[in-house]
Amino acid sequence: MTTHHDLVIEAEGLTKSFGTTKALQGVDLSVARGTVLGVLGPNGAGKTTAVRILATLLTADGGHARVAGHDVAHDAQRVRQSIGLTGQYASVDEDLTGRQNIVMIGRLLDLRAPAARQRAAELLEWFDLTDAADRPAKTYSGGMRRRLDLASSLVGRPEVIFLDEPTTGLDPSKREDMWNVIRSLVADGSTVLLTTQYLDEADALADEITVIDHGRVIAHDTPEGLKRIVGGQTLEVRPSDVTRLAETATILAAVSAAGAPEESRKGLLSVPVSDGDALSATVARLASAGIAVTEMSLHLPSLDEVFFTLTGRTSSDTTEEVA
Amino acid sequence: MTTNTAATNPAADLTADPAASPPSVGPLRQGDASGSGVVVAVPVAAAKPRPLPLLRHSLTLAKRSLIKTWRTPEALIDVTLQPVIFLVIFVYIFGGAVAGSTGDYLQFLLPGILAQTIAQGAIAIGVNLNTDLEKGIFDRFRSLPIPRSAPLIGAVLGDVVRYVLVTISTFAIGYAMGFRIQTNVASAVAGCLLAVLFALSLSWVSVFVGMKVRTSGAVQGIMFLLVMPLSFASNVFVPTGSLPGWMQGFVNVNPLTHLVASMRGLFLGEPIGNHVWWTLVWCVGLVAVFLPLAMRAYRRKV
Ligand SMILES: Nc1ncnc2c1ncn2[C@@H]1O[C@H](COP(=O)(O)OP(=O)(O)OP(=O)(O)O)[C@@H](O)[C@H]1O
Ligand SMILES: [Mg+2]
Repeated sequence: MTTHHDLVIEAEGLTKSFGTTKALQGVDLSVARGTVLGVLGPNGAGKTTAVRILATLLTADGGHARVAGHDVAHDAQRVRQSIGLTGQYASVDEDLTGRQNIVMIGRLLDLRAPAARQRAAELLEWFDLTDAADRPAKTYSGGMRRRLDLASSLVGRPEVIFLDEPTTGLDPSKREDMWNVIRSLVADGSTVLLTTQYLDEADALADEITVIDHGRVIAHDTPEGLKRIVGGQTLEVRPSDVTRLAETATILAAVSAAGAPEESRKGLLSVPVSDGDALSATVARLASAGIAVTEMSLHLPSLDEVFFTLTGRTSSDTTEEVA
Repeated sequence: MTTNTAATNPAADLTADPAASPPSVGPLRQGDASGSGVVVAVPVAAAKPRPLPLLRHSLTLAKRSLIKTWRTPEALIDVTLQPVIFLVIFVYIFGGAVAGSTGDYLQFLLPGILAQTIAQGAIAIGVNLNTDLEKGIFDRFRSLPIPRSAPLIGAVLGDVVRYVLVTISTFAIGYAMGFRIQTNVASAVAGCLLAVLFALSLSWVSVFVGMKVRTSGAVQGIMFLLVMPLSFASNVFVPTGSLPGWMQGFVNVNPLTHLVASMRGLFLGEPIGNHVWWTLVWCVGLVAVFLPLAMRAYRRKV
């Protein structure tokens, strides 16, 4: 366990209601310095509400939270000096150009004009927005807007970064880029709290994962621990030639710890696997047996499956209840 | 339990092989950045705090409003054309009947029209802020270590340019129609500044309504209902003495009456009495009451 003073974000018993909607019903979160916490939850779970409380945009009804050593309710201004927030919806001024947006933030963070301009140039360059820098942000694509938003939240070199669903709406390659950005933020010493609806994203980025649902924490663990509970990766293989299904099944049974594969859909074999070598082992064995495949994939349980395991309901049930 | 892979394995994937990918292709140049520490450093505030944060940050945010105004000049049509239309209509239609000659009426009316347009110009700020507030940028402002009131004060200050334009276009058409200042440039400028100051003070009423009311249409409606009686139950169009007695009570406390009388004094050399003082008292009063109310409403808006 990490010791207390290492926690950069610590929240205890946060509650928040909007009218009769109980958005948070006692949420505890903690993030150690230099690590990433993934907050995983379906629509309406309370992720955004929690982030907004920690980033001092909302005040909690109950509980307390400290960020970078300061109480979010009583010392909000100090907290704001240490954080960068990239909200779920881009917080950029659409009428201003990308550059004007970042320079403005720099000025508001007490940089002198030349320093603010230099910082803007740096960040625009880094986020590959230099060519679009002098166009109004309303002409940006969704992905560019998100990058500008993230760039705006990094102007002050914040110690703590909140990212609310940073990759929702990005195409797979942009999503990969965003993951790399987040990794490099952490490599440079930042502490990150990110929310997501995808277990694979939390698994790829987070050191620890807190799963919330209906404003309550329903699980908190390392990605490995969580996968142990909800089941690890599944390997799926579809041989091109259906007559070789049985042969394929034998190969899969050999690489899997769980024994015989099941035919989850017609002609598609799936088997739980425990380590990363399973895929290459399977490929090698299929190749030496001369079995061609039309489909082969390795994936983590979806949020639906995670929720089913943790709560006995699917996450779409929970959303319907909330909506 | 904390694995912290990233720290022990700094950016292994990022810098994987920078030479392999052409530098301009990768949309995000992680390689360069983590190498040079461009993006994030260890905990430091952005810069040393500098004096007068409220003033500096408000001015930065006023600049934001100015940029937006430059981008959408059509938003200035109301304030630039309205005084022109009003002057032409009122002077040529009512001039003869009210003042005996159009020339005399123009001298009388121009300060009034300037005051009326400037008061109506203050409606826009509440309407704009009402829609602006729904946009994400205000979340950004709330997460920055700046005084909470800075975005509102900045928006109000940014509107100065609107009021200066009203003044210029009113004087331009007025001069073309034959209006002449009877005093001196310094008094005339003082009169204009007083009008701008009043508009800035009245803006806080508009900002307050903008924070309180749900839709921008409602802000417009409410502010119009407030400003209409102020501009008509006043000395803008006719001398106070010609109004029914019961109405004179209101007219005599109406801030617009004091503003218009001050301007007539400063532009035309008419006896000015205590009108300038009363105008200033109104300005202080409006700001003292409505700025805190607007701030409170802003804080409560989630
Ligand atoms: N300003 C608000 N007024 C009323 N209800 C709100 C408000 N903000 C959030 N809620 C409600 O609180 C609950 C939690 O919302 P929240 O936005 O925190 O969820 P989320 O986990 O971020 O969901 P999503 O994945 O859809 O972004 C929802 O039921 C939502 O309807
Ligand atoms: Mg959300």
